[in-house]
Amino acid sequence: MRWIWIDKFTQFTPRQSATAIKNVSLAEEHLHDLHPAYPIVPHSLIIEGMAQTAGILVGEARNFEEKVILAKVGRATFHRLVRPGQTLTYHAKIDQLSEQGASITGTVTVDSQAVAEIELMFSHIDQNLAGLKFPEHNFVFTDQFMNLLNTYRTGGDVAI
Amino acid sequence: MAMSRDEIYKKVQGVLVDALGVDDEDVTPDATLRGDLGAESIDFLDIVFRLEKAFGIKIPRGEMFPEDIFSNAAYVQNGRVTPEGLVELKKRMPHMDFTDFEKDPDINKMQFTVNTIVNYIEGKLNG
Repeated sequence: MRWIWIDKFTQFTPRQSATAIKNVSLAEEHLHDLHPAYPIVPHSLIIEGMAQTAGILVGEARNFEEKVILAKVGRATFHRLVRPGQTLTYHAKIDQLSEQGASITGTVTVDSQAVAEIELMFSHIDQNLAGLKFPEHNFVFTDQFMNLLNTYRTGGDVAI
Repeated sequence: MAMSRDEIYKKVQGVLVDALGVDDEDVTPDATLRGDLGAESIDFLDIVFRLEKAFGIKIPRGEMFPEDIFSNAAYVQNGRVTPEGLVELKKRMPHMDFTDFEKDPDINKMQFTVNTIVNYIEGKLNG
């Protein structure tokens, strides 16, 4: 299983903002777990989708060299449920970016209708938490992730 | 125009309410960030970000909370700040009151209060 909760970016302005979409399918197993008779996307996974959209934006700002960790959900306000067949649009904007981390504000919509407003804070963990040792390799932006990203960077058209 | 201490205090209070999820009345001038308001290490970065935004200032790393001093072996030995460390702390943190800490410089007993932040911002804005 891949822990990836966005399908593609539709806009990406380095160090500023990014927009990603996620098509919700009834084929996703987890949708049958929360309320089996009424499948919805759990709010926690909507926050995760925003964290991935924004986390990649924050990671790219430092050329994916930092280990970018979601450190805090400052606020998450939800307005409506999201159901299979719908497309989530995540828009993340960097408010602050420093050596130590970043803060972002995000909006989530379906068909231009507000689903959620989310504020997140990310930590560059090697720059924080003095005294704690983390593995040297980047376990956030792994080789596997970077390879996947590269296929999108080239436009996604891979010859078969 | 320079901001009054009271105006600064009100804004700092708002920042701490948002960052730590505490109530207005919990944020008193002498409330300690960790002990009274429950701040954890990651909250300090959040507080810095929010203060920068609220006051339109830049807070360089280590200026308000000089965490590098605590990981420097010359300044902290056996969990206690050395005399050299105290001199450095006082130099770097004119916004902090060290009266009680000097008597027992156990790093775990060093507490940032709401006033520490207000002093820092006041010094930054009003020079």
